[in-house]
Amino acid sequence: MKNQEHREIILKGIGGSPGICIGKAYLVEKEGVDVVKQYWVTGESLSAEVNRFKTAVKKAMEALRRIIEETPEELRQHTQILETHMLLLKDKMIYDKTVDLIEKERVNAEWALKKVVSVVKPMFESMSDDYLRQRADDITHVADRIMENLTGADQVDIARIDKRVIIVARDLSPAETSQIQLERIKGFVTNRGGRASHTGIIARTLEIPAVLGVGNATLNIKNDDIIVVDGEVGTVIVNPTEQTLVAVEEHILRYEHQKASMVRKSHLPAQTKDAVLFSVMGNIELPEEVVSVLDHGGEGIGLYRTEFQYLSRSNFPNEEMLFENYKDVIDVMGDRPVTIRTLDINGDKVVNYIRDDHELNPALGLRAIRYCLKKPDVFKAQLRAILRSAVSGDVRLLIPMISGIDEVDQTIQLLNEAAQSLKEQKIPYKRDIPLGIMIEVPSAVMTADLLAEKVDFFSIGTNDLIQYTLAIDRGNRHVAHLYQPLHPAILRMIKQTCDAAHKNGIKTYICGEMAGEPLYAPILLGLGVDELSMNPQSIPLVKEAIRSIDTVKLAELMESVMRLTTPQEIEALVKKKFEESMNNKQES
Amino acid sequence: MKPDQKYSVTLTIVNDLGLHARSAAKLARLAEEAKGDVWLIKNGNSADAASMLDILTLNCPMGTQVTISIDDEADQKTLDRISTLIRSGFGE
Repeated sequence: MKNQEHREIILKGIGGSPGICIGKAYLVEKEGVDVVKQYWVTGESLSAEVNRFKTAVKKAMEALRRIIEETPEELRQHTQILETHMLLLKDKMIYDKTVDLIEKERVNAEWALKKVVSVVKPMFESMSDDYLRQRADDITHVADRIMENLTGADQVDIARIDKRVIIVARDLSPAETSQIQLERIKGFVTNRGGRASHTGIIARTLEIPAVLGVGNATLNIKNDDIIVVDGEVGTVIVNPTEQTLVAVEEHILRYEHQKASMVRKSHLPAQTKDAVLFSVMGNIELPEEVVSVLDHGGEGIGLYRTEFQYLSRSNFPNEEMLFENYKDVIDVMGDRPVTIRTLDINGDKVVNYIRDDHELNPALGLRAIRYCLKKPDVFKAQLRAILRSAVSGDVRLLIPMISGIDEVDQTIQLLNEAAQSLKEQKIPYKRDIPLGIMIEVPSAVMTADLLAEKVDFFSIGTNDLIQYTLAIDRGNRHVAHLYQPLHPAILRMIKQTCDAAHKNGIKTYICGEMAGEPLYAPILLGLGVDELSMNPQSIPLVKEAIRSIDTVKLAELMESVMRLTTPQEIEALVKKKFEESMNNKQES
Repeated sequence: MKPDQKYSVTLTIVNDLGLHARSAAKLARLAEEAKGDVWLIKNGNSADAASMLDILTLNCPMGTQVTISIDDEADQKTLDRISTLIRSGFGE
């Protein structure tokens, strides 16, 4: 049995943040709280039992208030949810009902609370509205807090972790992540959550490896177990054998070495062998990520996703808040371009308070520019914030999900109105900024020649373009294998877009995941793309790939590529050429 | 429970976000001050207006018709305040 316990096991999850680390597991568990015992309370002890419950709630209130007060300014956006939790602690449906139940059924506080929660929570879990359904999690967090105080369960005080550990948890609540001293943490493993979860975003911002959505991590990992977290492929190795450890150490060394040498060269320009310069930019979501873009040698922001400021809130952010956010980014970037994409809400990013009817097919529904044009007030607040921030830097405006020329005309109209209102209020702004559109809907590709006359640049969102063109939902595992970036249809679409742009003297950028794949760099440049933007970690790799390209030879490569009929053939050819050119480079 | 005409008001939720956590909390705070119970009623389902959670369970987006009803005649003032709050779109 003993042997069994120390057997190496590999757990599979979702790679939430790249990087590999080895370390001791630190379990943030609430297991002790799960097993709630029921016992009877005699008449004379009843009021004491009620008081015990009230004290537990009071302690929880105080704890939350402390966390809110101690949260640094830059993370304050997360505290709004904690304020809601404070209200929930005292909500009649939880507080009064539990007190009632203790008195009526003469049971202990833990049992009463558990019973109350088991009634209230399903009411929310079964609701069709996303916003309301998520309130069920809030109820769990709040109940856990009271329960911890009641049972005196070893409350893991993650604020006091003073070893370099890997945090293993079922899920980390915003209250928990904001308490961790992140510089002590080597990695994250959680049972729940995905790339877009709170933990995922924090881990990527700090460049800490994370594997999320493992399912049963907290069951399979014990405190102080040695574990290996590979955030690239999304695996966790528990109790690695000596052999595995050696292999992983080597892998880490190689990874670090490669990263270091890449980073050393990352600030060199992306210049091809025949001295053609390309801009390589970074995609960001949080203002903090700007630093990562610059560190990795990004020459600007090719895609600033602005949805985050609208998430985890109960109302829309106001113009002033948005302006501050944009200005933060622009100030750090100086005179480098910053491409701000307007609100692009889609299936995996649900804004809590936009509570329209449940859409059967959200990818084809009311999202991005469609939503913004329907809500001109929300849109104008953002446009005003962007025009104001443009005064202090090189700002480009990018409109998502354009499917026809009407949407462009309407956007320009609103943009003019926003500028006019700023002018009347004598607020400084800059109207004369490049206006670009995302090319991600097939109809935009087909009408690229018409659209090119109206705008200053195109930016191809390959993720959605592939999804819409091939009619593939990448999240559906039955068809996910058909998601093929090198499908001849996709390559032709990119080419058609670039050709239409160039005919009108405007440029085409790419900001989808394809841009971050070094292997695709020769094809994308060959198709006529002028600039690539990607997640910061990929910048050094893609720059390196561009340096191995000779643009003179691209025409010949493209001729063969365009003649091939299947994605597999294209990939094989590209791989072969890529290896050849990288080898040549190393020899020379 | 049938809302007594005398002690109830029927209104439409006018703010964009509907009754979400923040607006529900504002409403609950007013209802807490009442002597008797205050009810929020939508399509015959009633919620305790002093509980943010209970309010949320009614799921009231913008445009929903709701009735506010008080049990105790002495809470007329609370009823007025809540009506004003809903009509003003919760000041949003």
